[in-house]
Amino acid sequence: MKLLKLVPDNTNIGFVKLRHWAFGLTLLLTVLAVGATFHKGLNLGVDFVGGLMIEAKFPQAVQTDKVRDTIAGLRVGESSLQQFGDPKTVQIRLPLPEQGGAGAANAVVEKTRKAMEAQFPGVTFSRYDTVSGKVSGELIQNGVLAVVLAIVGIAIFSWFRYEWQFGVSTFVAIVHDVLMTLGFFAITQMEFDLNIIAAVLTIVGYSINDKMVIDDRIRENMRKYRKMDMKSLIDLSVNETLPRTVMTSMTILLALGALLLLGGHVLRGFTAAMMLGIIVGTYSSVYVSSSLLISLGLSPQTAEKKEKKGGIAAQAERMGPRDGAQP
Amino acid sequence: MLNFSRWAVAGILLPLIIGIVCAVPSFLPDSTVAKLPPFMQTRVNLGLDLAGGSHLLLEASTQEMARQRLANMEEQVRTELRRGENKIAIGDISSRDGKLSFMVRNPSEVDGAVERIRPLTQGAGLTGQRDFNVEVVNSSTIVITPTQAGIDNAVKSTMQVATEVIRKRIDEMGTREPTIQQQGGNRIVVQVPGLQDPKALKDLLGQTAKLEFKLVDMSANPSEVAQGRAPVGSEVLPYPTNPAGPPMIAVHRQVMVSGEELTDAQQTYDQQTNEPNVTIRFNGAGGRKFGQVTSQNVNRPFAIILDGKVLSAPDIKEPILGGSATISGSFTVEGANQLAIALRSGKLPVNFIVVEERTVGPGLGADSIRAGLTASIVAVVAVAAFMFVSYGRFGMYANIAVAINVLVILGVMGILGATLTLPGIAGFVLTIGTAVDANVLIYERIREERRRGRNVVQSIEHGYKEASRTIFEANVTHAIAGGIMLALGSGPVKGFAIVLLIGIATSVFTAVTFTRVLVSGWVRRTRPTDIHI
Repeated sequence: MKLLKLVPDNTNIGFVKLRHWAFGLTLLLTVLAVGATFHKGLNLGVDFVGGLMIEAKFPQAVQTDKVRDTIAGLRVGESSLQQFGDPKTVQIRLPLPEQGGAGAANAVVEKTRKAMEAQFPGVTFSRYDTVSGKVSGELIQNGVLAVVLAIVGIAIFSWFRYEWQFGVSTFVAIVHDVLMTLGFFAITQMEFDLNIIAAVLTIVGYSINDKMVIDDRIRENMRKYRKMDMKSLIDLSVNETLPRTVMTSMTILLALGALLLLGGHVLRGFTAAMMLGIIVGTYSSVYVSSSLLISLGLSPQTAEKKEKKGGIAAQAERMGPRDGAQP
Repeated sequence: MLNFSRWAVAGILLPLIIGIVCAVPSFLPDSTVAKLPPFMQTRVNLGLDLAGGSHLLLEASTQEMARQRLANMEEQVRTELRRGENKIAIGDISSRDGKLSFMVRNPSEVDGAVERIRPLTQGAGLTGQRDFNVEVVNSSTIVITPTQAGIDNAVKSTMQVATEVIRKRIDEMGTREPTIQQQGGNRIVVQVPGLQDPKALKDLLGQTAKLEFKLVDMSANPSEVAQGRAPVGSEVLPYPTNPAGPPMIAVHRQVMVSGEELTDAQQTYDQQTNEPNVTIRFNGAGGRKFGQVTSQNVNRPFAIILDGKVLSAPDIKEPILGGSATISGSFTVEGANQLAIALRSGKLPVNFIVVEERTVGPGLGADSIRAGLTASIVAVVAVAAFMFVSYGRFGMYANIAVAINVLVILGVMGILGATLTLPGIAGFVLTIGTAVDANVLIYERIREERRRGRNVVQSIEHGYKEASRTIFEANVTHAIAGGIMLALGSGPVKGFAIVLLIGIATSVFTAVTFTRVLVSGWVRRTRPTDIHI
């Protein structure tokens, strides 16, 4: 059997020479993303801002997906459904219209009621009420703080273990990925709910992994080819790891593709965010973090000097699993 | 090195087998699990979003809130007019029909009284909104009426405080990722995962946990107390477990120390009787006050009052200066524990009653769970097939490793009693992604080394060695990120981080060490001169 190879052997693509164009594009997209996030804002879901709660009683047991489809056709926002007590009762949560106060809320309830009665004869709304968000402001602040500090922690690790340039470039690249994801949600106005936070965390995690793999290869090659200039060295490293990059991102996209097609309505935003994040994260490994290393003046010679001085980098290197950790 | 000794292989397989065995109960029905020995009852709990749980609707009485607010106002007015040089004498304050009214003894002081009361009625905001209206009726009677805006604001802030207190209490109980929402004006929805009887939760949320220490009024006439009458400056409170007989006791109105001045509460045991009780620790100011009052009142009894009921009224045997005290009151262990939790998380600003109790389905909707499950199976099969098509035999090894990894993660989560939620599943996906990536890194490296002309054994050894460094690197950074998120985050961030951290530990082991055992076994058996990778 012939095995699948997505990237032919000895591929040599000149990634680095495109970096100025890529920088321009990155900058433009980032500005766009940040601008959109501030200008349009995120379409925060019921989890965050609260909304309407409707309790619907059906004459017989009902499938939640049918209810969800009925409400999705009304354009009153993303609904969140929960079976409530018995299979005949469903609790529907809907976002509140931004303007219009109580009148608008009643209008939404009436619209939903009409559509539901048409679809499920005999359904009654036993009550409706407003509900607050599921998360308090404090919780959101803590979450944001935790993620920011996690990114900073990784940058500091990279800096202490190797050169400061790796710390800075990793930090910038991951922040870029997060901003792009937020921008995507602002521009599409897809609902940003509690689960999207998990998606953003996954994107950060994937992006870290990707950067570490390429950075590690760059460092390996810096030791191997001390006379090579930085641009060729990065091109070499990116090309050497390209089969792995393509393979891994393909694998993950394959898995996410299945979730996107078959995972149902609720997981769609979650999956879309992750797919975008994988693409952005892979892109930023090459064109944000690696390219930034050149701009920040990293070269095999500076690294060599540091190693000779026996700084933290050299110490850390000796502690790594490279020597002697084999069973 | 591709040679593993028998012992090394056993050492690698043993933890994996333990992990897998611990994962098994999570797939069995409840009735089967109950029959297993206790160490086998390790199950992963599913979160509210995936499996549903219990739903409680709590309601605060707005009338009660208004009454309390009016009572506070009454107290403030009394203190204000009694304060300083110019005391203004007033008659009894009546609080009928939701408003306060009282006569000023000397009609010429009415304007002065109004002047002094005004600042108390101002809202907290900068809107200039009044919380109360102050009017003068019949030239000597002052009437204070709460405004609607004032009531609305008060209800809103009370409910916010109450939501936070309830959240703290549920967190202290160790319940993972509950849903706590305000519903309408004066109700709070609490949903917790799991279908067990929510009685403990109801008991915990049903108590206000307003703790007060007051001195017992020894001058009160027992027969008057029995009729509910107390001397001036005292009040009669119910005392259900009074050893002296009547279920009532008269105490001074003045509060010695209150529950707001404590920093910690723990369930403990009485050293002599071994009965469960609660030990509390006061903050600096509370401890000083408690010390002072107890030194001045040695050999007199004081009452420990919880939610308006006297729990016990022991004699002060000696001054209590250590800043801590023990509350006894014929508790059960659970009761004492609940009280400790309630005291730690602060008192509820208003009393709540449970108006509705139900079991609810998964928060994501049963349809989404089903769809998600189907999609996940398809995704796993697709990835496994992709790995096999790309790396052949080695791809299969990676697939076996990933399958074991998933089981071991579930096993470890079961041992830790962790809860799996959708964010946790995201952590799962990331871990599995990086585990697959680890194998991809190794295999691509082996391909690279083969291209450079190394022989089979050398390529495999080199591939594992070089890729291990990268994998180690990537996982250390992951662990740093996960650790910070676990320490600081809450809710979804925490749920994600727990699974991520467990997954990092297990996936390095399965993706690197375990596949190496498989590969080395194969190489030793067949001694291949070329490999298909």
